[in-house]
Amino acid sequence: MIALLLLPLVLPFALRPMARRALERLTPVTALWLLTGTAVTAAGCTLAALGAFVLTGLLRLPLFASLGELIHPLRTSYGGLVPPAAVLSAGALAVCTWTLTRWALHQSRAFRAARTQAGCGPVAGDLCVLDSAHPDAYALPGRPHRIVVTTGMLRSLDAAEREALFAHERAHNAGGHHYFLVAAELAARCHPALGPVRDAIRLAAERAADEAAATVVGDRRLIARAIARAALAGQSARSRRPDFVPGATTGPVPQRVQALLAAPRVTHRTAACGLAALLIACAVLSFAASATSMIDVHHRVEVAQGEEAR
Amino acid sequence: MADAKDERRPAGELEATVMAALWAAGDPQTPGEVQLSLGTGLARTTVTTILTRLHDKGVVDRLRQGRGYAYFPVQDAQGLTARRMHTELDRDGDRETVLARFVAQLSPDDERVLRDLLESGEQ
Repeated sequence: MIALLLLPLVLPFALRPMARRALERLTPVTALWLLTGTAVTAAGCTLAALGAFVLTGLLRLPLFASLGELIHPLRTSYGGLVPPAAVLSAGALAVCTWTLTRWALHQSRAFRAARTQAGCGPVAGDLCVLDSAHPDAYALPGRPHRIVVTTGMLRSLDAAEREALFAHERAHNAGGHHYFLVAAELAARCHPALGPVRDAIRLAAERAADEAAATVVGDRRLIARAIARAALAGQSARSRRPDFVPGATTGPVPQRVQALLAAPRVTHRTAACGLAALLIACAVLSFAASATSMIDVHHRVEVAQGEEAR
Repeated sequence: MADAKDERRPAGELEATVMAALWAAGDPQTPGEVQLSLGTGLARTTVTTILTRLHDKGVVDRLRQGRGYAYFPVQDAQGLTARRMHTELDRDGDRETVLARFVAQLSPDDERVLRDLLESGEQ
């Protein structure tokens, strides 16, 4: 049982090299869906495994054993490992809860501030202009979706580049990319090995928006130029927008520009399918391992409660 | 080709495009200048229509220039509210009565601010 519970904790480390390849071999939208799905599953299974460790540890204490109406001691394989595993898991869960809560509070505050700020400025269509010399642009989800651009950014681009930038931000809103980014941020806070996967998801969202914008504008070169120029202009200072709000210059910009300037890559179908299958397999394996061990824990608890062993 | 594509775009996107051009320019722009700076296939009449619509919404202001208007974006939230009040005033035929009623309904604090503003204007 303990060996099975360790699998969801170890598997995220294997996702890291796969996440990097996913961006090379899959289309950005497919990569975005697959990576986010896998990361969320891996994070959920991590939390479940930690919870199972804590539960088995607690049920060995007399107080909790009586609360759980156990009449026999809880039997587990590798019994000696249970107390240290439970203590470590409790610590990890506490850290997890703390960082998740702090992040959620901080982000919702930042999001409300951004919506208020966008609500005050002049709005034309879906564009909200902030009168600020610092060049910045981002897609602000909500009802209705907005694209927020500072005057500094508008002035550092020409008319065609501004249209390219707007198309990119509209693609973020139309694609609902903020949901993927929230999921990725939450997952990365559940397991440290999911941090690189989160970065890959961010890049996938940007690439997806770049490609969608290129289709709308009909000029890949123009999108590449606009992003490069927006990045150079906005380099000087950090913006205070929420983490999950996709900006024009999020992620490794040189990589995005390179991908746009290169001809749309023809990937081998088998390589793409292979990688997709591998990612799905990881998620399924993680889920199956934690589900099996949950059932096992449940069964053992029932046995300890005096029900007949099947 | 470009003309057909641009004219077909949703009104909101066109408003955003024109608004961005006004902010990027930095000084008041006539519809002709906006059309030139955009460099796309937008007809001048379309640009004029959009500018008029933005003006009605109160997000841009305009001043007379020659036979037409030159447009510029309203800078801040306060300016925006002031513009909206102007738009409402312009909409009503009996401007004087509206103004008189408006002043009659002001709170004492608002009245004080207004008096201060008028006094500082006289000096």
